[in-house]
Amino acid sequence: MTRLFSQSVNVLRKDLLMDWRSRGRALSVLAFAVTTLLLFSFASGADDPNPGAMVGAWLWLALLFASTLALGESFRVETEDGGLEQLRLLPVDPRALFFGKALGNALLLLVLGALILPLCLALFRAEVAGSWPTLALTLALGTAGLAGPGTVYAAMTAQARGKDVMLPLLLFPLVIPVLVAAVKATTLCVGRDPMDQLPSWLSLLAIFDLVYWSLCPLLFGRVLEE
Amino acid sequence: MLPRPIREHGFAAIGLTLLAIGSYMGLVVAPPEKYMGDVGRILYIHVPTAWNALLVLTFAFFFAIASLVSRKPRHDDLLHGAIEVGILLSAMLLIQGSIWARPTWGVFWTWDPRLTTSAIMLVTFIGVLGLRSSVDDPARRASWTAIATIISWTNIPIVYFSIKWWRTLHQDFSTPQTVASTMVTPLRINAFALLFLSLWLILRRAQLSARQRTRAGMNTAVPAASTLTAGDP
Repeated sequence: MTRLFSQSVNVLRKDLLMDWRSRGRALSVLAFAVTTLLLFSFASGADDPNPGAMVGAWLWLALLFASTLALGESFRVETEDGGLEQLRLLPVDPRALFFGKALGNALLLLVLGALILPLCLALFRAEVAGSWPTLALTLALGTAGLAGPGTVYAAMTAQARGKDVMLPLLLFPLVIPVLVAAVKATTLCVGRDPMDQLPSWLSLLAIFDLVYWSLCPLLFGRVLEE
Repeated sequence: MLPRPIREHGFAAIGLTLLAIGSYMGLVVAPPEKYMGDVGRILYIHVPTAWNALLVLTFAFFFAIASLVSRKPRHDDLLHGAIEVGILLSAMLLIQGSIWARPTWGVFWTWDPRLTTSAIMLVTFIGVLGLRSSVDDPARRASWTAIATIISWTNIPIVYFSIKWWRTLHQDFSTPQTVASTMVTPLRINAFALLFLSLWLILRRAQLSARQRTRAGMNTAVPAASTLTAGDP
């Protein structure tokens, strides 16, 4: 157990170091997310009487679109120069590879979400009426939900033909529960929650995370094998 | 023992016979539904399609586990067949649902949890099939299809609950929850009819994949190493 933990931390550290050394890639993902947010504001119109009502939806759509780029990138760098072969040769539990990679992706998406959230609030003239910690929790649970199954599918599609189409095709229908719950929870955090629905949406997110973060590590070894 | 293709066609014969009996009972013998009239008779094919779509995708889930554990090409063939038949049934389900929804609810589409879940189920498994077609190596294709099937199948109940909660904030449609006893028999017969037809299609598809594999094996010389692939430790 401690072995698995320390191995996962080492894989995570490798990924974070890689992300840090190629900051340009992370920045382009951020730029992409900002661009989509701008596009959403054009789509919703300049004289929308209540632009803040959609803030949760736009935030999570921007994160979802950006996640396909971030996830795809995290394995594209591995397929270059035979990185994947070396990952296979590492004397570590495949589950540790999953946890390291998926945590790295979740952290990247979480930071991305934290960066675009203020912009989102400003662009759509919304203010957080609920609690900030709950909003942070929503962001963490939601990005973990995108990163968990996303890591498995990105590992597959990076090695498949037509990788750019395959990842969204597989991931988008799968993460609909995450999207529904995260958008609802964010909207309730930003606006008001008169009927106290927030706990049920957060528990739905937690259940999704629990299911996929326990199922995916078991399957990940078979994704990587030659 | 009869040869396998003849045994397989037996499923089709039983399925078609049952479908004829069930449809006759549903369309002629059974009384028209009290509120929907004759339109309600689509029930006799719609509900069995729904049951079988879920059942066939559950078969796919078990074939996926079998294929992942045993690494036998036969299990992968069956998995491929089950996914394709599952997609076919889900697509039929959505089309029948729209045809039924128009005269009864006045719309082709509503965000009812069952409708939405079926639609998501359909696109999810189309994705799995897409993934399958983008991988060339047979062993890798088999394990990736199995993994994607397991993940997608696990998601069905979560999608259902999330959509149900999402919907309850709006008004909910009433759907016929109970079915009168005179209508149950044709429903059951058609359910078995579609089950036999689905089994027939799955087995035929698996047979086709097996033949394609032998053909491919004959054309390209198999490298010696691949016959000595070691099992999972």
